[in-house]
Amino acid sequence: MDASYFLISLLNGLSVGLLLFMLASGLTLIFSMMGVLNFAHASFYMVGAYVAYSITQAVGFWWGLLLAPPFVGLMGAAFERFALRKVHKFGHVPELLITFGLSYILLELVQLVWGRSAMNFLPPESLRGPLFTIIDQPGALSAAWGTPPEVCKAAGAVCTTFPAFRAFGMAVAVLMLVAVWLLLTRTRIGLVIQAALTHPEMVESLGHNVPRVLMMVFGGGTALAALAGVIGGALRVTEPSMALAVGAVVFAVIVIGGMGSLAGAFVASVGLGVIESFAVGSDRSIADGLTWLGMQVSPETFGFAVWSVKISQVAAILPFLLLVLILIFRPKGLFGTREG
Amino acid sequence: MIRHSKPLALPLALTLAFAAGSVFAQAGQTVKIGFIDPLSGPFANVGQNQLKGWQFMAEQLSKKNPAGVKFEIVAFDNKGSPQESLTVLRAAIDQGIRYVTQGNGSGAAAAISDAVQKHNDRTPGKEVVFLNYAAVDPSLTNERCSYWHFRLDADTSMKMEALTSYMKDQPDVKNVFLINQNYAHGQQVSRYFKDTMARKRPDVKIVGDDLHPLGQVKDFAPFIAKIKASGADSIVTGNWGQDLTLLVKAANDAGLKASFYTYYAGVSGTPTALAAGVGGPVRQVGILDNSMASVVAFQNEYKKRFNDDWYTGQTYNGIALLAEAMAKAKSVDPVKVAAAMSGIKFMGFNGEVEMRKTDHQLQQPMVISEWRKATAKFPYSVENTGFNFQSIKAIPSFIASTPTSCQMKRP
Repeated sequence: MDASYFLISLLNGLSVGLLLFMLASGLTLIFSMMGVLNFAHASFYMVGAYVAYSITQAVGFWWGLLLAPPFVGLMGAAFERFALRKVHKFGHVPELLITFGLSYILLELVQLVWGRSAMNFLPPESLRGPLFTIIDQPGALSAAWGTPPEVCKAAGAVCTTFPAFRAFGMAVAVLMLVAVWLLLTRTRIGLVIQAALTHPEMVESLGHNVPRVLMMVFGGGTALAALAGVIGGALRVTEPSMALAVGAVVFAVIVIGGMGSLAGAFVASVGLGVIESFAVGSDRSIADGLTWLGMQVSPETFGFAVWSVKISQVAAILPFLLLVLILIFRPKGLFGTREG
Repeated sequence: MIRHSKPLALPLALTLAFAAGSVFAQAGQTVKIGFIDPLSGPFANVGQNQLKGWQFMAEQLSKKNPAGVKFEIVAFDNKGSPQESLTVLRAAIDQGIRYVTQGNGSGAAAAISDAVQKHNDRTPGKEVVFLNYAAVDPSLTNERCSYWHFRLDADTSMKMEALTSYMKDQPDVKNVFLINQNYAHGQQVSRYFKDTMARKRPDVKIVGDDLHPLGQVKDFAPFIAKIKASGADSIVTGNWGQDLTLLVKAANDAGLKASFYTYYAGVSGTPTALAAGVGGPVRQVGILDNSMASVVAFQNEYKKRFNDDWYTGQTYNGIALLAEAMAKAKSVDPVKVAAAMSGIKFMGFNGEVEMRKTDHQLQQPMVISEWRKATAKFPYSVENTGFNFQSIKAIPSFIASTPTSCQMKRP
């Protein structure tokens, strides 16, 4: 494996992982605070992308990035206030079901308002080009800012550009991580949130409005999902099935990382992103492994169809394979504190 | 009721009435065609465009056609799934629709072809004819062929014959990377390319052969990293819709310089991505391009109406085929029309074409085109990008024609 391929795959994996983390952080935050697994989380991601797209068409991308998350956050807070809180007293199953229902309603709403086709949601002009170029010449690996330099035209040089918008998405995710962490650990409101997590009655008797704190957490979590949606929508594609495409993976991320653990969500999403990126590039199969162990594997071998499946072909199901393994061997997840 | 008072006049009148009736029985009738394709989901943009394409052609050809019939398209959304296709096929038949058409997805096409065959076996007198306008799995006109299935597009084996007859003469094609959707169509593109190229240019190396899930991959960057690492100079892909759009986008983002050899670069969404920039030439094998005068005339009209591009030439050939056959059969009855379509020769938009009797695969000329800037001579602007597909090699019918193993059971 050559160095430039390794580097670019690592960067691709990191960018996918950080995007996943933006989604997973909100979900795991809501879960740790309220004990509610929000099935509609990925739908808020989708709504965020669509709202940002519409704002972008009207006044430009930066306003979309700025306004879509608070707008969707308000939607989330309103949902918590007027729907989720009402069913809270009936226990967790009705809460789960109402978020499940919401995911369908949001999907239909989006299709009614924006239609069923993909939107042409593009990053802003200033972030469309490459950020830097990795130049792989025989025996030397270097990098240059901006568009590919002259050396790329020479024979033997392989140049790979890294899109600026991908890097921008990564930066937003990291900033968000730091901001959320500071908010939770360094501010008064963060302390109240943390206290409400474990001792809601005590916090209430100290005069804090716990239901309002929960509403803010729910709204904040959905705003984070919407922020991920703005980045994800412009980076990938804005279409009605985008929620479905990430929804399942995000659940895998928070289970693997440990329900309610922000650090776990970070490690799991970045880990999954990188694993998937490298898995796509690998043409190895179980058959290769068996051959390496000195066993004879040929098309006549029993179950050859299974042994010869390449890792790249199963890349898409790796998160779920990991999910199952984690549930079997470590039900509370990598960094979780609750017993599954 | 034979009266003897006018021994000559009555038989004559009857004969005349019969003759007149048989000539004009179909004239003025409305023929409904059920359109079954994804109108929602990841490939909705493609389905919506093709629905408009059928409606547009139905309208154009209803004005004037040899049979004098009117055509009307009734849309059904199969969400891209074979299962849903059968449900909506049933709904179409229940509404009295006797002609159905579908194209996106060979899985759905196979399911419809099977269901139509069974329906026709079980309910004689209510036969249904299936016009497959874009599902290119060769098995549909080979081992799984059906008398009621008529394919308007060229199948994968024909497209591969055409494409490789161009590629074999390109000295810069040395290392080829195959990337395709993991279902019947994508697997066949990969297989037929390897088979045909091994015959025509054994020196060409296959440096990669990847299959990815259909419509599921949202980020092609890892695949592009792999293609770069493989050192490929050419990419061959049967991807369509979003799967090609995102592939092209990722290739441009990573600064990939390879040439693309595609089936469906002209399909909705992809031209916009191509216009944003692409490292190497992009070529397409198909039955039309934007330098054919007959095509551009329709495209200009279509763009005026829908502000979209007409790229599904099969919609013209499909309705022309029905009209010719109805005129020949002097009826709109599917049984008679199917018999007339089998083996018929007629003028398509792309020249003379023939619905081959043995397997109901349309034999037609094809063309290799390249994505280029619009010129004074070829001014059409695809998706308003200022670019279009221009002919680089015409492939006559006989070159693209491939043999069939179809053992058709005729009623």
